[in-house]
Amino acid sequence: MHATLLQLDGLSKSYPGVRANDDVSFAIGEGQIHALLGENGAGKSTLVKMIYGLVRPDAGQMTLRGAPFAPAQPSEARQSGVAMVFQHFSLFDALDVAENVALGMENPPPLRDLAARIRTVSEEYGLPLDPSRLVGELSAGERQRVEIVRCLLQDPKLLIMDEPTSVLTPQEVDILFRTLRKLSSEGTAILYISHKLEEIRALCDEATILRGGRKIATCDPREKSARELAELMVGQLLNPPERPARAMGDVLLEVEALSLKSNNPFGTSLKDISFQLRAGEVLGIAGVAGNGQDELLLMLSGELRAPSHQVRLRGQPVGHLGPNGRRGLGVVAAPEERLGHAAAPDMSLTENALLSASGRKRLEQGGFIDWGKTETFAREIITRFDVRTPGPHVLARALSGGNLQKFVIGREIELDPDVIIVNQPTWGVDASAAATIRQALLDLAGKGAGVLVISQDLDELLEVADSFAALNEGRLSKARPAKGLTVEEIGLMMGGAHDMHVAHEVTS
Amino acid sequence: MILGSINPAVLLAALMVAATPILLAAIGELVVEKSGVLNLGVEGMMIMGACVGFIVAVNTGSPFIGFVGAALGGMALSLLFALLTQALMTNQVASGLALTLFGLGLTALLGQRYVGITPPRTPKLDLGLLSDIPFLGRALFTHDIVVYLTIALVGAVWWFLKYSRAGMILRAVGENHDAAHALGYHVKRVRVLAIMFGGACAGLGGAYLSLIRVPQWTEGMTVGAGWIALALVVFASWRPWRAMAGAYLFGGVVVLQLNLQAAGVRIPVEYLSMSPYLITILVLVIISSGKGRSLNAPGSLNKPFHASS
Repeated sequence: MHATLLQLDGLSKSYPGVRANDDVSFAIGEGQIHALLGENGAGKSTLVKMIYGLVRPDAGQMTLRGAPFAPAQPSEARQSGVAMVFQHFSLFDALDVAENVALGMENPPPLRDLAARIRTVSEEYGLPLDPSRLVGELSAGERQRVEIVRCLLQDPKLLIMDEPTSVLTPQEVDILFRTLRKLSSEGTAILYISHKLEEIRALCDEATILRGGRKIATCDPREKSARELAELMVGQLLNPPERPARAMGDVLLEVEALSLKSNNPFGTSLKDISFQLRAGEVLGIAGVAGNGQDELLLMLSGELRAPSHQVRLRGQPVGHLGPNGRRGLGVVAAPEERLGHAAAPDMSLTENALLSASGRKRLEQGGFIDWGKTETFAREIITRFDVRTPGPHVLARALSGGNLQKFVIGREIELDPDVIIVNQPTWGVDASAAATIRQALLDLAGKGAGVLVISQDLDELLEVADSFAALNEGRLSKARPAKGLTVEEIGLMMGGAHDMHVAHEVTS
Repeated sequence: MILGSINPAVLLAALMVAATPILLAAIGELVVEKSGVLNLGVEGMMIMGACVGFIVAVNTGSPFIGFVGAALGGMALSLLFALLTQALMTNQVASGLALTLFGLGLTALLGQRYVGITPPRTPKLDLGLLSDIPFLGRALFTHDIVVYLTIALVGAVWWFLKYSRAGMILRAVGENHDAAHALGYHVKRVRVLAIMFGGACAGLGGAYLSLIRVPQWTEGMTVGAGWIALALVVFASWRPWRAMAGAYLFGGVVVLQLNLQAAGVRIPVEYLSMSPYLITILVLVIISSGKGRSLNAPGSLNKPFHASS
């Protein structure tokens, strides 16, 4: 058994109106890979922030190697040997790799020495990095390497990783796991936060499950099935979405040999994209973030204009049309960024409903808004998609990520579109809400609409998609039937392991 | 020949003097913006420095103490801005505009009894033999110490931002304040310090106008210098040496057009008067329109930070 490294005793933390953590106790052993499992809002982030010194517990204590441990700020936690890789990267685009690493260290050496150390350590762990590159130019996978190398340079005793694999290809995940196992064999404990259950079963020695801020169980994840773990997490039985068999119809949407420059200096331009979407078909598009997903959505929604004949709806050129023109023809889109792109943060749900639905739902008459009708429409979305909110007058900003996601996807689905394009439809959404959204998309396809789902969650794509393609550096692979595809094949379509290589095997 | 009456050495000397107040204000604002704060109150802080510096210098008889007073005056006004925007989370643009209006009004009141007085003279720096070099000596080495200190300050700010750890933290805070907070840096502390530095610099710039360049106190005497400094920072793509080049360009055209007016060139005075603004903006737009310009803008500029998220 592992000797105890970090012991948590009765940690509690409340925010106004929420009990984020309630009497949570568990222990992490030296060199152990310990999973922290839970739905969104289960209190994982708050718990980790307490260990890292970003949040102070209201009650309870921690002991690190037998000594009391109460970091008042992250620098104290780092000095005690706790390092953290954040879910939303804590990186600075306009600074180079070495500077980014230095910012996360307590006593960084001069930048030139640091650059040399970054090279050595990143090679040793199979995560090659060029210290002089600007972080803004790196792919999501490379950015994560920067975060990990930043932690490794400090010889941590405990490495906290918050959902590290959501941005990686399967091959990259594989290599990351080997790196983590190597670290563990060298005596570094890892606290691994995720809701990808198969990964946890493959990697972790022990798992602690949180629900509603309380600890539900600590168990050995290898002795439980993924389904058992999921039900512990959610607290109810889960049903996979139903997929009624259906016939594919005619080609609805067609893109032909389209290349398009990104509108973002750090973006990825689309290169020679071709695909067809049929009525009743769900086309899943996989790929690691930053490989052209945003640009693909913008191009299909009409925010980025294309040469008119290269994007066709039922054979008619629509590339030159803007979002309203395309919505009028039945093509709707729900982008990934909920606040500020899919929804206006400081406007109410009613107003947000109006913004995309005014044309198709005839919520305007002669330039005047029919507020009664709009509010009824917003209420319909809220009821049908189980959006938890006091009412349609609430500002979009006030909703939790998952609830807002249900609202913005629901809003587009309610428009009764012929073609719907969604990017990361269930990102940050809890399991039951994700099931609702996936079911709604499948139902829409069942009614004869074409559905295009861009996602980084392979399990999700395999669950809903009929055909499957992957984006890699702005290029789209040929679509293949989803049935029978293996994860390895998908990984290769996504660009394989890029330039990562396997960490040097442990010699002992 | 009209242009023959303009002596290039004198022109060069005069442009360094004309550029110094704007450069001081700009280099301060550059640091403020690099930390992610947009303070549109530069004009107000400048006039505050001009007024306070003048009053202190007249009453103590020492221009040096006057400059110290000006820096403190500008800093005091900037602290008001810091209180509003960092503690009370008000909108930065509105607060900055209000700061300018407040500064103009307050100094009109404070300086009422000082109109028409001559301040104590600031001595030229004696550079001995250097000043005797033909042409260059006259142009470069006949100035007061503030001109040289300002150039040194530009160098210091450049070094600070590029090579020092504190400068790196300041850039990090301006680039992504959420990430900086997550790593445990004190976003607000860094920003308040930057705002105070910006206030002090703007104050010094103002005092340079009232104690050396003009030298006199009149109400509203900064006449837009603070706004030019703001524009310089943006068009210089937040780079210190480029801001200096811009300031010298502006100073050069100001001096040249004054000389042309004096020499009686037959171009309407209005065109000559607007030329420094037009030419500076035009040149800086051309310089900064190259590829990758937008990469240098601080990512969190003008976004309010609250540690709740």
